[in-house]
Amino acid sequence: MLVKKAVGFTPALADSRWVKGLLIATALGFLLLFLVLPLVSVFVEALRRGTDAYWAALMEPDAVAAIKLTLIVAAIAVPMNLLFGVAASWCIAKFDFRGKDVLITLIDLPFSVSPVISGLIYVLLFGLHGLMGPFLKSQGIQIIFAVPGLVLATVFVTFPFVARELIPLMQEQGNEEEEAALVLGASGWQTFWRVTLPNIKWGLLYGVLLCNARAMGEFGAVSVVSGHIRGETNTMPLHVEILYNEYNLVAAFAVASVLAMLALVTLVVKTVLEWRFGAELAATRH
Amino acid sequence: MVAATTSDAVLPNSGGTVLSVLRKPSVLPGFGLTLGFTLTYLSLIVLLPLAALALKAAGLGWSGFWDAVLTPRVLAAFKVSFGLSLAAAAINAVFGFIVAWVLVRYRFPGDRIVDALVDLPFALPTAVAGIALSALYAPNGWIGSLLMEWFGLRVAFTPLGIAIALTFIGLPFVVRTVQPILQDLPPEEEEAAAALGATRWQAFRRVVFPALLPALLTGFALAFARGVGEYGSVIFIAGNIPGLSEILPLLIVIKLEQYDYAGAAAVGVLMLMASFILLLALNLLQAWMRSRHAR
Repeated sequence: MLVKKAVGFTPALADSRWVKGLLIATALGFLLLFLVLPLVSVFVEALRRGTDAYWAALMEPDAVAAIKLTLIVAAIAVPMNLLFGVAASWCIAKFDFRGKDVLITLIDLPFSVSPVISGLIYVLLFGLHGLMGPFLKSQGIQIIFAVPGLVLATVFVTFPFVARELIPLMQEQGNEEEEAALVLGASGWQTFWRVTLPNIKWGLLYGVLLCNARAMGEFGAVSVVSGHIRGETNTMPLHVEILYNEYNLVAAFAVASVLAMLALVTLVVKTVLEWRFGAELAATRH
Repeated sequence: MVAATTSDAVLPNSGGTVLSVLRKPSVLPGFGLTLGFTLTYLSLIVLLPLAALALKAAGLGWSGFWDAVLTPRVLAAFKVSFGLSLAAAAINAVFGFIVAWVLVRYRFPGDRIVDALVDLPFALPTAVAGIALSALYAPNGWIGSLLMEWFGLRVAFTPLGIAIALTFIGLPFVVRTVQPILQDLPPEEEEAAAALGATRWQAFRRVVFPALLPALLTGFALAFARGVGEYGSVIFIAGNIPGLSEILPLLIVIKLEQYDYAGAAAVGVLMLMASFILLLALNLLQAWMRSRHAR
């Protein structure tokens, strides 16, 4: 987060006007070229044939199915990682035990794995020719090329979001308040609901927000496990790909524009949280 | 040890005596439950599937693994992925540093909006970024047509397009690692340098930059690692010509589509190994710089 300090106003540290102007122009030019133009182009391309074509592309049955599937996958994956994030941060932040650093490293592991590999590992495990493939087939269970595979791949790529926001936050808050509640006779659950949760709620929301944005927008991992069955296993990003490859550009950018708006809403809420509750978020301290 | 046993006796749900060997005593409950859940979930979602990857690649045997990996097509994709990720991370190191500098040191109208916008590549789905960039840089796109007209340069569907996509994807990393360090940099050292007669540039080069270099390297390494694994934003703009503009993650997808599971696993393991070695090397370099700067 941006916290302005008076640094630039010490005369000794002030850069000349030329240097300042040149650097600001370079920075803004770079961001305009790489951030603003791509974002604007999504909406311009989506509305190229007018609003009627735009709405028609979004109301088309396959697009509606993709939107629904994206919502379903996120509605399962995000709460799973929310529950995990709270449990993991409780045992890591509130207790001292051997192997804690290893555990934290392992929780961060999915962030350093390519999305394609995140999908690949589940295909190797549950695919038709995978380790458990023959067994699953005999039981009539389908994971790959079906919704469970999409959920698993999404859970993997969004795995650390909630935990890595909550762990430093709860570590910083310490145990005193919880200990006081317990001494005063509260049960473990009461302590969690009445003391811990109110303290971490903004951090939790922050983690869930980022987790959800990634869950709805994930492409590489779900692309590997989806099988691209139209109307059945296509999430919105995958639907964008199919439309784009069919040269149906207006429809592709229309669906993409919905995802871009999700990204913008995420950024706005994230920024508001940082401005408003910066002191209560771990992510804003370094 | 005695304290641990008594506290466990008082609070029977706090994890039992087996776990009390592992941890220091605490009156808070729920250690056994939350650690048990964490370990189970972590194993099922992350560790077991990754083990399946290692197992599948190991099934090829030592020579089988290298046979699957040392083919001209894989090696070419390796060069494309790692080379262009390095190039994109280098571009981001330069411009990300300038963006961080401008955001911390200068005020201008809209600076907070610009600051928030830097995170866009984290929030925008990669497929959306991919089609937007390829539309922009296509020969008939806004930027692509200008580059074509002015320089006769083709960007989309060439390796240059991959570098553009990877620059977009890695953009926030350098900014977000350098920014907090620059913000917390005590102004005294710079003032002292100025007071002792250093020019602005000398003070920057000798005082400010060395203090920021470890953070810059971290951002560079993160952007690089992200670039090597990136798929969604690249495949639309790359053109995906085998040997020229085909990236490693795409090769994994192609091998999977051909039901060559072992081959896909081998390329996956190669990617993870190479990223790991490079990040380890960068970490060592960084630790060495920190210790040198601290002296």
